[in-house]
Amino acid sequence: MAINWYKYASPASFYTLAGKMVPFFAIIAFGLLIAGLYIGFFVAPTDFQQGEAYRIIFIHVPAAWMSMFLYVVMAFWAGIGLAFNTRLSSMMATAIAPTGALFTFLALWTGSLWGKPMWGTWWVWDARLTSELILLFLYIGFMSLQAAIDDPRRADKAGAIIALVGVINIPIIYFSVQWWNTLHQGASVSVTQAPTMAATMLTGMMVMVFASWMYSIAVILKRVRVIILERESHTTWVAELREKGAL
Amino acid sequence: MFFWIVQRDLLLAVRRRSDVLTTLFFFIIVVSLFPLSVGPEMNMLRTMAPGVVWVAALLASMLSLGRLFASDYLDGTLEQMLLSPHSLPFLVLGKALAHWLVSGVPLVMMAPVLGIQYDLPLDALFVLTLSLMLGTPVLSLIGAIGAGLTLGLRGSGVLVSLLVLPLYIPVLIFGAGAVEANMAGVEFDAHLSLLGAFLLVSIVFAPWAAAASLRVSME
Amino acid sequence: MFQGTNLACVRGDRKLFESISFKLEAGGLMQVNGPNGSGKTSLLRILCGLSSPGMGIISWNDVAIGTLGSEYFRELTYIGHLSGTKDDLTALENLRISSALAGQKISDKQAQDALTYMGLRGRESLPAKVLSQGQRRRVALARLLVCKTKLWILDEPLAALDVSAVKLMQALLEQHLKQEGMVIMTTHQDIDVTAASTIQLQLA
Repeated sequence: MAINWYKYASPASFYTLAGKMVPFFAIIAFGLLIAGLYIGFFVAPTDFQQGEAYRIIFIHVPAAWMSMFLYVVMAFWAGIGLAFNTRLSSMMATAIAPTGALFTFLALWTGSLWGKPMWGTWWVWDARLTSELILLFLYIGFMSLQAAIDDPRRADKAGAIIALVGVINIPIIYFSVQWWNTLHQGASVSVTQAPTMAATMLTGMMVMVFASWMYSIAVILKRVRVIILERESHTTWVAELREKGAL
Repeated sequence: MFFWIVQRDLLLAVRRRSDVLTTLFFFIIVVSLFPLSVGPEMNMLRTMAPGVVWVAALLASMLSLGRLFASDYLDGTLEQMLLSPHSLPFLVLGKALAHWLVSGVPLVMMAPVLGIQYDLPLDALFVLTLSLMLGTPVLSLIGAIGAGLTLGLRGSGVLVSLLVLPLYIPVLIFGAGAVEANMAGVEFDAHLSLLGAFLLVSIVFAPWAAAASLRVSME
Repeated sequence: MFQGTNLACVRGDRKLFESISFKLEAGGLMQVNGPNGSGKTSLLRILCGLSSPGMGIISWNDVAIGTLGSEYFRELTYIGHLSGTKDDLTALENLRISSALAGQKISDKQAQDALTYMGLRGRESLPAKVLSQGQRRRVALARLLVCKTKLWILDEPLAALDVSAVKLMQALLEQHLKQEGMVIMTTHQDIDVTAASTIQLQLA
């Protein structure tokens, strides 16, 4: 059966489709999260160098990966929205930003928690943590800009420009921070460089990565639905939904 | 046309000299606040100096971004620029150049004096000035994107700093890094080359992005 | 020929106007009428290419203005609500710079003559901030005398002008129309401009 993808490019039909997909992804995310945490905290062996504290990587690493990946996805959708004037793509970008910022914050928080037993301090100006902090600034900039603009069309386009400028700059920023870090001889130990990674550790981590994926998809779709309703509130199909009592 | 726009903006700046001076004095005051807050211990001040001067330059240049497009926006000249048959990125490049001449160059010229306050050695003063010379135009160019995006928004002054400051970080790292390398007796050519590379890249891309942001903001 | 087909404009939740179509021939005048807030300025800005219409196509000699880009801007002079005069520049500098920006470099002499025609003799070297509202408007409108564009789009050109300036404008518009030019304008004042063809566009 061929799916008519163009049909789902319209907010109205995407709204229904997303509504059907959200529970599906949410359930998978929940299942994977339970499994991943179980493997991470009960099955995976204790690390002989770092003791029990290393277990934070089961949250830290997926969060750090998602934070960077989501920024690129956000910039991609925003760019598509700017180039082809497709409203739904821009709404996707807007919906992704808070989740990306959340993961960035989570990565920073867990990184800091991990730092206390390892380095004896809550914060180290490690290259990865610093880049993660700057990434959080970029997310905040994107969200504040969109929040400050009343006209949704202008907000979409302005957000797209800053997201694209950001995505071009991320490698430059990352490289600069690396350089800065080696020059100043900061702490170069990193959470991801656990010397011996047991197979169960890797499994646990990958399960958690997939759980983050599913969670992100579920939450982003849910948020897109809200944005669609807000922007399309004056249209007839929303009015029909309201009459049917579906809202 | 490029020189027309530069000439016009310089003429306007000459008619409003006080604007230029406020940015410069802001720069001087911020730099002078640090010894007052951390104490006048010369060794410490010397190690802090490159960072302090560079951060102050970042803030001063950001503060002056408001003037880049705002007055043209308010009196309708910006509309005419968008409707000009000349290429808009070129006009933006001209405006960014004028902005740098008016707000960046005074900072570059003042920097050695402030470096003396911090007891920087002579060759470090030279590297500091050189790094600012290469770095501050990048700030004007990247800032133009932020200024374009926040045009006419409530609280645009604070917003532009959220957008632009993270993007300034590489310039800050290599600008201050060049001076630190020189003081540590290491080669600093690589830092300056990278600043030069940033300058070239931003001359090519930033006017284009800023022009796009102006079109978006004027809709 | 300047043509708009099925234009619509949406601002937020509100539809300002929809299915607006017109066809303006050389020598034609289009007056856009409507109460405050009916979208006159929005329509003019869309016609200039400053903002894109929510729907519909605008074409200049059968080519969409979006694809023409600066080719279209070369044919167009737009004078909006904000006249684009700089407070810190003199009337003469304002005129010369705004003309140069529009792609039409003019000499001091030409600028001088245009300002004299607009009744600003003796005020050429005063900074615009000391001029009155009407005088500043005259400085902005003086651009019409020196530009060589085909299509004029004017948003309330007569606002703040006195009777003698309105007469000047009327003569200027009629001359432009006689030379195969086109004019699109909004105005709340009565003005009687004779043109080869006149379109009255009413916005609700």
